[in-house]
Amino acid sequence: MLNVGLTHFLVISVALFSLGIYGVITRKNAVMVLMGIELILNSANINFIAFARYGNFGLQGQIMALFVIVLAAAEAAIALAIVINIYKTISNINVDEMDTLRD
Amino acid sequence: MTTYDIIFYLFAIVTVVSAFLVVTNRNIVHSAFFLLFTLFGVAGLYVLLAADFVAIVQLIVYVGGILILLLFGVMLTNKITNVEIKTGTIHALPASIVLGLFAGAIGAIVLNTNWKVLNISGSEPTTAALGNMLINEYALIFELLGILLLIALIGAASMARR
Repeated sequence: MLNVGLTHFLVISVALFSLGIYGVITRKNAVMVLMGIELILNSANINFIAFARYGNFGLQGQIMALFVIVLAAAEAAIALAIVINIYKTISNINVDEMDTLRD
Repeated sequence: MTTYDIIFYLFAIVTVVSAFLVVTNRNIVHSAFFLLFTLFGVAGLYVLLAADFVAIVQLIVYVGGILILLLFGVMLTNKITNVEIKTGTIHALPASIVLGLFAGAIGAIVLNTNWKVLNISGSEPTTAALGNMLINEYALIFELLGILLLIALIGAASMARR
C-alpha cells in the first residue's frame, strides 16, 4: 500500500475533484467559483496523465491534458470578462444575488 | 519507501491541504495564493508521472497566466479599502455531507477496482514525441484550439471594455 501506484494518483484526483465541487457550490464570490472550476480541471488532468503513464495508451493522455489546459485558459478569460460586466451592473459579484439578466 | 514515494507524499500533501485551504479560506486573496501552491503540487505530480512538458506548461499557463488573471478579477471587482477581502459561504453543511459521501463512493470504487497496470520502465523526455503528435495526428485539433483561443481572447477583451 505504501508503494506509489496508479491508485494513489486517482485518490488525489478524487480529493481535488470533491474540493473543487465544494468550492463551486458553497462560495458566494464568482471568482471563488472560478477557482473551484480550476481545481476540477486539474483533477481531470491528473487522471489523464496517470492513465497515460500506467495504461497502454502512449502519449494520448498527455495531449488531452494540454488541450484541457488551453480550454481552461480560454474559459478563465471569458468568465472574468463576464464577472467584470456583472460587477459594473450590480456592483457586487455574489452569485446568490444575480437574479436579473439586465438592469 | 523509496525516494519516489517520499516525494510523491510530499507533493500530495501540499496539493490536497492547499486545495482544502483554497475552498475554506474566507479571504479571497489568501485563497488565490493557496491555489498557487495547489497548482505547483499538481505540476510536481505531473513530473512524477513522467510528463515533463505538461508540467512546464502547467507552470507557465496556470501559475503565470490564469492565476494572475484571477487575482486581477479579485482586485477589479472589490472596493479595495484594505487587504481583507472577505466572502461568505452558503449551504456549507449539506454540501460537505453530500460531497463527503460522493468522495467516499468514488474513492471506494477507485480502491476496489483491479486496475490493469503496465509494468512501467524508466521515463524518457516526452517533448519531441508530443510535438510530433501535435503536428501530425492532432494537427486539426491543434489549429482549431488556436482559433478558439484567439476568438475567446478577442471576445473577452471586447466584453470587458463595453
